[in-house]
Amino acid sequence: MNDFSQAFLKAIQLILNLDPNLIEIVALSLRVSLTAVLIASLIGLPLGAALALYKFFGRGLLVAILNTFMGLPPVVVGLVVYLILSRSGPLGALGLLFTPTAMVIAQVCLITPIIAALTRQTILDANNEFHAQLRALGAKSLSMMNTLLWETRYSLVTNVFAGFGRAIAEVGAVLIVGGNINHNTRVMTTSIALETSKGNIELALALGMILITLSLIVTSAVMSARHAAYNVYS
Amino acid sequence: MNQYLANAIAVATLCILLTSVQADKSPFITLSSTTSTENSGLLDYLIPKFRERTGIDVRVVSVGTGRALKLGEMGDTDLILVHHKPSEEEFMSKGFGIQRREVMYNDFIVAGPSEDPVNIRGERSIARVLSLIHEHKMPFVSRGDESGTHKKEMELWALAGVDAQRYSGEWYHETGAGMGTTLNIANGMSAYVLTDRGTWLSFKNRDGLALLFENDPPLHNQYSIVQINPDRHPHIKYTEAELFINWLTSGEGQQTIADFTLNGQQLFFPNALPQ
Repeated sequence: MNDFSQAFLKAIQLILNLDPNLIEIVALSLRVSLTAVLIASLIGLPLGAALALYKFFGRGLLVAILNTFMGLPPVVVGLVVYLILSRSGPLGALGLLFTPTAMVIAQVCLITPIIAALTRQTILDANNEFHAQLRALGAKSLSMMNTLLWETRYSLVTNVFAGFGRAIAEVGAVLIVGGNINHNTRVMTTSIALETSKGNIELALALGMILITLSLIVTSAVMSARHAAYNVYS
Repeated sequence: MNQYLANAIAVATLCILLTSVQADKSPFITLSSTTSTENSGLLDYLIPKFRERTGIDVRVVSVGTGRALKLGEMGDTDLILVHHKPSEEEFMSKGFGIQRREVMYNDFIVAGPSEDPVNIRGERSIARVLSLIHEHKMPFVSRGDESGTHKKEMELWALAGVDAQRYSGEWYHETGAGMGTTLNIANGMSAYVLTDRGTWLSFKNRDGLALLFENDPPLHNQYSIVQINPDRHPHIKYTEAELFINWLTSGEGQQTIADFTLNGQQLFFPNALPQ
């Protein structure tokens, strides 16, 4: 238990001192994961909605794949993205390996299926409820999709945050494609792994506490924004 | 909708640009090194001094020797700093490297529970120490990850005439992890473990562990730096990488290595031959 109280003090100390290394690491974590969430949402939201509303050949298979990929092991994603971005791989010429961009790409692969699969379910449920109404109003299928996405926006925020939670918390993929390079690709989770391996258990635990607090702050901020918006619109 | 889509794509592109542009500010080379040189703080000490001299930054990816060599083979790093001569020589003979220079050394030690149940403290040779551990089926934790330290450990078991891997899962435990993680596990299991002295001295969580055996010639730990062959990977930063090797093996670089201490103790001993 002593470890926990010491780590807690250490965490407070790090935050109060505005430790520049810590700020750099936190900023990179947020930048990488928020960028990944943004891109994954741009792909995942329309993809999920389309899968819910359009019938086409292979849809069942695609949905099954998507649901399976919700549980992709980060280390496997990391390995595959590494092999693609490696100098010896198909996209090697871009020189993206060991950069934050590579980490964004890995996280996008990891969380797009989550956002898409959850969105598909959300839209499916909403469609069951509103389909007749929308049809009666003469909505065409594309505008129907837009309407449904818009009407379920509050639920979709939760879907997006399921993706964010996964991105900010994973270590396997960013470690392989980012390389945990100090001042370049070191994020919260890779720092925690590194400090643990150095035997700095207190510091590692302190960083863990900061990471969880950070997720809590980001999530609460969005939740309250959502709540405020909800009150305004209704 | 098209308006939204256009905006969204613009934002996404901007984000990608931001993340990639930021990464390419100043000249840099990539060095993949063993965890021991990075975790001990040596590279954090050396690199700023090299950067001051040349304006070139060195980005360190720290992995085991096996993986460092693989990164070199695939052209994902300009330099590798590793410690397993046979693997390095094989790497060179396959044409992956263009030059290999020995840089510095320290040694391996055996750590274990401070009570030292089979009393390896009093032993004179590493072969005898390992035989004792085998005879008494004492828990022993191995890296098991094809790192330089792991390969050295296999050589030492061979020296002791013990096929340790046969006992994997019994008293011999393969972690498949870095040195620090392995030390954490050894601590948790009260097991014996082979470690390089640099990681040992810089490792913070060793309450239950003690240094039990040292100073035997087979425990010598030589570090070398290898430059990747640009004929295989044209994008390799040949000139900058060569500058780093030349500096590291120069009088100034070697002195810097000797100057690096932790709690007053020197961790690495320079031994580069003049070119």
